[in-house]
Amino acid sequence: MTVELDTPGTSAAPAATAAGEWSGFARSLPKRLSELGQQPILVVSWIIVLVVIGWAIAPDLFTSYSPYDGNTNASFVPPSAEHWFGTDRLGRDLFARSVYGARTTLTATLLAVLVAFGIGTVVGLVAGFAGGFVDTAIMRVVDVFLAIPSLLLAMVVVSVLGYSTHNIALAVGISSIASFARVMRAEVLAVVTQDYVKAAYGLGVGRLGVMVKHVVPNSLSSVIALAALEVGTAVLAVASLGFLGYGAPPPEPEWGLLVAEGRDYVAVHPWASIMPGVALAIVVIATHRISTSFRKDHRR
Amino acid sequence: MLRYVALKIGRALFVVWAAFTLTFVLLFVLPANPVDLLFDPAEINAIPPEVRERVAANYGFNKPVILQYLDRLGHALTGDFGNSVQSGRPVTAAILDMLPSTLVLASGALALALLIAFVIAFVATSTRREWVRNLVEALPSGAVSVPVFLSGILILQIFSFRLGWFPAFGDEGAKSVVLPLVTLAIPVSGPIAQLLVRSFATEFHSGYVTTSWAKGATRSGIIIGDVFRNASLPALTIASITFGNLIAGSVITETVFARKGIGRLTQTAIDTLDVPLVQGIVVFVAAIFALINLIVDLNYPLLDPRLRATLAVSTPRAA
Amino acid sequence: MTDAATVPREVTDSPEEEQDPLLRITDLAIDYRTGRRQWTPAVRGASLHVDTGEFVSLVGESGSGKTTLIQGALGLLPTSARIRAGSIAYSGVDVTGWNDQRMALVRGNYVGFIPQDPNTSLNPVKKIGQQVIEAVRFNEPKAGNAAQHKEAALESLRTAGLKDTERVFQQYPHELSGGMKQRALIAVALAGKPKIIVADEPTSALDVTVQKVILDHLVGLREELGIGILLVTHNLGVALDRSDRILVMQDGEIVEEGPVRQVLGNATNDYTRRLLDAAPARHIGRLEPTSGAPSMPAAASAVLEARVLTKTYHLRGRGRRRELRALDTTDLVVRKGTTHAIVGESGAGKSTLASILVGFTSADSGTVHIGGRELTGLHRSQLRQIRRDLQFVFQNPFTSLDPRFTVSKIIAEPLHAFGLATSKQERTARVVELLKAVALDESYLHRLPSQLSGGQRQRVAIARALALNPEILVLDEAVSALDVSVQAQILQLLVDLQAQFGLSYVFVTHDLGVVRLISDDVTVMKGGVVVETGSVEQVFRSPQHEYTRELLAAIPGARVALAGAS
Repeated sequence: MTVELDTPGTSAAPAATAAGEWSGFARSLPKRLSELGQQPILVVSWIIVLVVIGWAIAPDLFTSYSPYDGNTNASFVPPSAEHWFGTDRLGRDLFARSVYGARTTLTATLLAVLVAFGIGTVVGLVAGFAGGFVDTAIMRVVDVFLAIPSLLLAMVVVSVLGYSTHNIALAVGISSIASFARVMRAEVLAVVTQDYVKAAYGLGVGRLGVMVKHVVPNSLSSVIALAALEVGTAVLAVASLGFLGYGAPPPEPEWGLLVAEGRDYVAVHPWASIMPGVALAIVVIATHRISTSFRKDHRR
Repeated sequence: MLRYVALKIGRALFVVWAAFTLTFVLLFVLPANPVDLLFDPAEINAIPPEVRERVAANYGFNKPVILQYLDRLGHALTGDFGNSVQSGRPVTAAILDMLPSTLVLASGALALALLIAFVIAFVATSTRREWVRNLVEALPSGAVSVPVFLSGILILQIFSFRLGWFPAFGDEGAKSVVLPLVTLAIPVSGPIAQLLVRSFATEFHSGYVTTSWAKGATRSGIIIGDVFRNASLPALTIASITFGNLIAGSVITETVFARKGIGRLTQTAIDTLDVPLVQGIVVFVAAIFALINLIVDLNYPLLDPRLRATLAVSTPRAA
Repeated sequence: MTDAATVPREVTDSPEEEQDPLLRITDLAIDYRTGRRQWTPAVRGASLHVDTGEFVSLVGESGSGKTTLIQGALGLLPTSARIRAGSIAYSGVDVTGWNDQRMALVRGNYVGFIPQDPNTSLNPVKKIGQQVIEAVRFNEPKAGNAAQHKEAALESLRTAGLKDTERVFQQYPHELSGGMKQRALIAVALAGKPKIIVADEPTSALDVTVQKVILDHLVGLREELGIGILLVTHNLGVALDRSDRILVMQDGEIVEEGPVRQVLGNATNDYTRRLLDAAPARHIGRLEPTSGAPSMPAAASAVLEARVLTKTYHLRGRGRRRELRALDTTDLVVRKGTTHAIVGESGAGKSTLASILVGFTSADSGTVHIGGRELTGLHRSQLRQIRRDLQFVFQNPFTSLDPRFTVSKIIAEPLHAFGLATSKQERTARVVELLKAVALDESYLHRLPSQLSGGQRQRVAIARALALNPEILVLDEAVSALDVSVQAQILQLLVDLQAQFGLSYVFVTHDLGVVRLISDDVTVMKGGVVVETGSVEQVFRSPQHEYTRELLAAIPGARVALAGAS
């Protein structure tokens, strides 16, 4: 627990711990930056994520190779200065394929998280705020979605929608709605019992006003932390479905697919699947690290 | 108490029924022409219309949706989900065939995952060295970040191809299960370890632990006597996440290691759009999930005397 | 009453113990880690000692470092803290820097500890008996058998003042009341047969009548067992009533030390004198407004009238439905421009009553009139208009302000809701005016609640409640979460505001001591029923009901009051 003695809040009461929870919002930007300087791993994580976003936006800035055309004479070249990740069976540069693959995978991830966050948050808010029968009905439906493991649900959805990266994104998003709804509902229920919400009613603020001004902003912080965490999980889910072959058709570079393509040669040319896989793992680890820092920010 | 049990059983049954209905809507109602799903997409145009009609009649697709639904539900209640399109065998038999293999893999992985998670939590709580704690606490988040297909391939590469300790593929003998089991245990252990590390820390700093210190208890005495039991209870609350991870993980693990099992079966079913089999698997999985949750819910009060009390008295229904 | 010298010495085993005090802390300095290489001092060179058979109190407000000091003494400091200098010695044995293994031999065996909150300090999933047995087992000189352990544990429970020990032995913590839990913890502390007991705010979480019984029991134990007791408390009244010697702590330093009579008579330290003055028991009558304007309209008309209010909560349990009658045919009349206090212990129904008055909860039956208008059965929008006249101030200023709102947004919220002061300048002017009314200035406008102290927050909450010019304020334990000195300031502010705006207060509290400072009328409640009501004068001077007398007797600070009067 951090003790901030410069704020007057700490001089008062053991209740200061409850208040300390919110001090994160009061902290100034320079202070945040200096804190960041004390956490080298977090800095590295941000750099990794920003670079990968750069890959997705302008892949040609990062590699001069084409992701589709390869030199068949140079198939399965091990990683070298020329080909950082080596080349695949068709002699395509695997680094280039990973860089271009970032766009496919990250777009799908973003879409998935938006679907899950957007729908899940609204559903959770309605359930938590309305209460009573509406709440019970919504939560029973959410239970059902939670009962089917999300990968399985995503596989079923994608099989109905048809194989494509966009459908993967939708499927992953749909399968995560339930967990967002549950977290949002729990937060709303916790915020609704807070004194400041009661106080707002007492001051004559209407139900809608209370919801918009107090309940939503104060509930969102944990859902946003979950969304940050979900980015990593969604990358994994998208890549897993790609790996199983439900995503873009083969010439298309997609991270999960890259690993799957290299898998057949893993005994002889291990890098072909390991290099893209490791890159993927590093990105997910970095997003996890960042999401943890979000969570800490609002907890302490 | 009886009311509680009845409520929980009712919910479990509801979940299974809803999973059936959901998959029915997804697989039989939503697709424009569900008959198409029954054929291999590549050959779909080559199939003569009369064959399609016969198949449609066979599956009852020419009847109104509600009748189809009731018919399927009626059969499902007796454990009959129809026949697999690909193999022609009953869905239930196909699932039960694959069950033992996955059961061995999943339960072994769960046991190993629990072991890993508890070791991590114990070390993180009992160490007095900051860096050891930080290192150990970072492990679970690494475990959930590395995709199963990558860890599978890495493990395969190192222990099978390089060191030759274990067979790479197949499901013959006890040795073949080791690598898949480890692969599956890693992602499953992650969330459990994260939760345990947190709840161990919470309990370790709680008021009754201070009381124990003041009694003259030692560090190890406190961790084993007080913290362990109280901190382990919350692990049951993520039984559902654990179960989901086990299922998702076994789909990929069984693919990577070419083992037979429910996971592979699921993948094949989806690949070949074997609709009855897909529905059978989803309902089966949801049923197991509901059963696990039911067991957890029913056992929780036995493990926590406080909950026993709230069940007897319960909180005021305040306005 | 009992001087240290008159206590019989039956526990002295060896001659050295006569010379060395049971506990001696010398120049102890403890820091908290606040950054990478940053340490902030929490205790700065504090010294104290406790002799055999002595009852010593350590008094300080929150943040004074008193808890850190005793955590240091017991070796229970969190990992983020370090002892920078000084020493801790038990009977002359220096234990400074001992590791957990060695300290385990001292704790329980030599020094017993009674923690602050009985509700969290017992393991919820273990039976009481087992928890006491552990304390016996850890600390016995030679291994005994299970039957002996059980006998010793039962004996310990009996000594702690629990009746029906056999039953308590088999019970879980949640099955006991707060007072019983605290007794169980005393039993745990006694089980190791310690020579000194350290108690950290042992009664703060308990009702005042229970508090009195527990503290009296501690005093009794001191005499019965001849042990030393170090009591840590924020309540000067509690400390003065029972101690032989008192230490006052402020900002990590001991600023005052001496026998009770000396501290009461001529406290050398300024802070101690301020604490003494702030103690509610010091004041005989109602606070006067600073402006000097007399309030107290002798025969004011009723501004709020509640008749036969009843509220029952239905508890869902197995089988038959259980009911909890939170409020039973309760009447309340608040006269215009006066303060009506509602007093009671936990479960008395006073908070239910307050939330019915402001409409957070609806009553099952009964009526509420505000200034002649009946509230019951009114339409939502009509109710909202009437509620403008009746505002609420919460107990905990740390939770009643939205952490994301600035002070100006918080105070302007009711103005927004009722469409008052629509232009920006108008609104800011009104907010500043309200801030001034609660003795804060413009510099607070853009601060967040987390940047304010507890007292400042409560001022903001009061300013917000005043924004709509209400006639009545319902204050639910509005000063209970604050330190004594801050509490005194807020009470004074309330009295001033009342004189200035002619407000009427409904003042809900568990603290009878405060009632005398602010109230004109008082209603005493117990178990959802009004047991006594009348003017403060009358109820305090000649209480009619047995329970009121009990409550009055439990008010700590009898000695302060005497000294103040003399």
